[in-house]
Amino acid sequence: MPAIIFIHSDGKSDRVETGEGESAMQAATRHGLDGILAECGGNAMCATCHVYVDASWLARLPDMADDEDALLDGTASERRPTSRLSCQIKFTPELDGLVVKLPERQV
Amino acid sequence: MTVSGSPADSASVPHLDVDPFDMKFFADPYPTHQRLREAGPVVYLDKWNVYGVARYAEVHAVLNDPATFCSSRGVGLSDFKKETPWRPPSIILEADPPAHTRTRAVLSKVLSPTVMKQVRDRFAAAAEERVDALLDKRSFDAITDLAEAYPLSIFPDALGLKAEGREHLIPYASVVFNAFGPPNELRQEAIARSAPHQAYVAEQCQRDNLAPGGFGACIHARVDEGEITATEAPLLVRSLLSAGLDTTVNGIGAAVYCLARFPDQWQRLRDDPTLARNAFEEAVRFESPVQTFFRTTTREVELAGVGIGEGEKVLMFLAAANRDPRRWDKPDSYDITRRTSGHVGFGSGIHMCVGQLVARLEGEVMLTALARRIAKIEITGEPKRRFNNTLRGLDSLPVTITPA
Repeated sequence: MPAIIFIHSDGKSDRVETGEGESAMQAATRHGLDGILAECGGNAMCATCHVYVDASWLARLPDMADDEDALLDGTASERRPTSRLSCQIKFTPELDGLVVKLPERQV
Repeated sequence: MTVSGSPADSASVPHLDVDPFDMKFFADPYPTHQRLREAGPVVYLDKWNVYGVARYAEVHAVLNDPATFCSSRGVGLSDFKKETPWRPPSIILEADPPAHTRTRAVLSKVLSPTVMKQVRDRFAAAAEERVDALLDKRSFDAITDLAEAYPLSIFPDALGLKAEGREHLIPYASVVFNAFGPPNELRQEAIARSAPHQAYVAEQCQRDNLAPGGFGACIHARVDEGEITATEAPLLVRSLLSAGLDTTVNGIGAAVYCLARFPDQWQRLRDDPTLARNAFEEAVRFESPVQTFFRTTTREVELAGVGIGEGEKVLMFLAAANRDPRRWDKPDSYDITRRTSGHVGFGSGIHMCVGQLVARLEGEVMLTALARRIAKIEITGEPKRRFNNTLRGLDSLPVTITPA
């Protein structure tokens, strides 16, 4: 099964299986992964599913919408050029093996 | 109003004689919620001639299909296409895309995570001050002296409201939420007494009456950017006055009521106050301060195999969805470590509570302050319920606290 690799802030990693149409946030919460809160449930309204996308994968993601961009300015851990909201990363077969790092804090 | 589906369709929908706006229902809604969920994915309530959904999957589906289940015909029982609304409709809550998209963007910016970072210290300091006052009292009403007093000490100032007249705020919100209900006594009496509250609110929404730097002034500033018109700005301020205070009062009230009732959860919070934010979120799931909202169908639609005609009202039982065993493990347990993501206490989709970040911030800093400084909360008298067609909460909760 296709999967996303989540690397925790302490360096440990989790391989989370996923499928087409599921968001990276949904995959993480379905697997009970610590480090993704998703307080708003995936509505792009809270900025608590923040991830740092591995630089080599960044260009393969769809561009972010204005609301995601604005929310990323308010993340609890610092915003970096690789910051995205995982609820806005919808899984497609091209993203099999996607690597994202989790920030230290979500709130 | 008639059911416009075919006879076969109507036959497949369970008809229930439940009145979800009745005092007896409000006193203990849970057995009826269960009945509604178990009757089927979609039910028909003969009392008010509306469809109802009480399972998580269908509530979530309706919330997330605003093109089919619209808000512009009102999110209460009253159909704005057939009846004149009791007040000029909200340009965000009672609007559909594309009109909604523009006004929503403005409030999202005014109440963004970035803005929350700016107000956090102020909100936290006010929570500490409130706990100081409560520790002096030891015995008090957790609704009046805590759940109401705390939001009243920060939210009107954050909005930039004048000091005079703030006593209208909670009564105004109470009218707004009663008015979503059917024409029962609660609604009729609320509207009949609403004139002074409406006059106050209309006045405070004007640009000149809002202090610089507050949420209200920030909304009006968007007029200068061309994002909204000068006539729209006061209506968006009105949305914050309608939905920004009584909801958090009931949210904080719910959290305190839960923590006072379930001492094991209070102890877990005491042991680890970083659970405060989730303890608040779980209280919003568990008690669902906003119990219901309606939508209106824009076309014939099939929902979970049930045909629904155009122009039908659909009542979403948010509270029942939040305790649907199909979605939640041990739904009737208040568990502050639960993974709460996905609950519909703040709604879901494009109309999901735009002030959810304000609510969480207030809840988090208040519960943190309580957990750090109070060892024990004991309920010392019979809690009294406050009745409203949409909001669930208490009128009075006598407690005694022991300092840590």
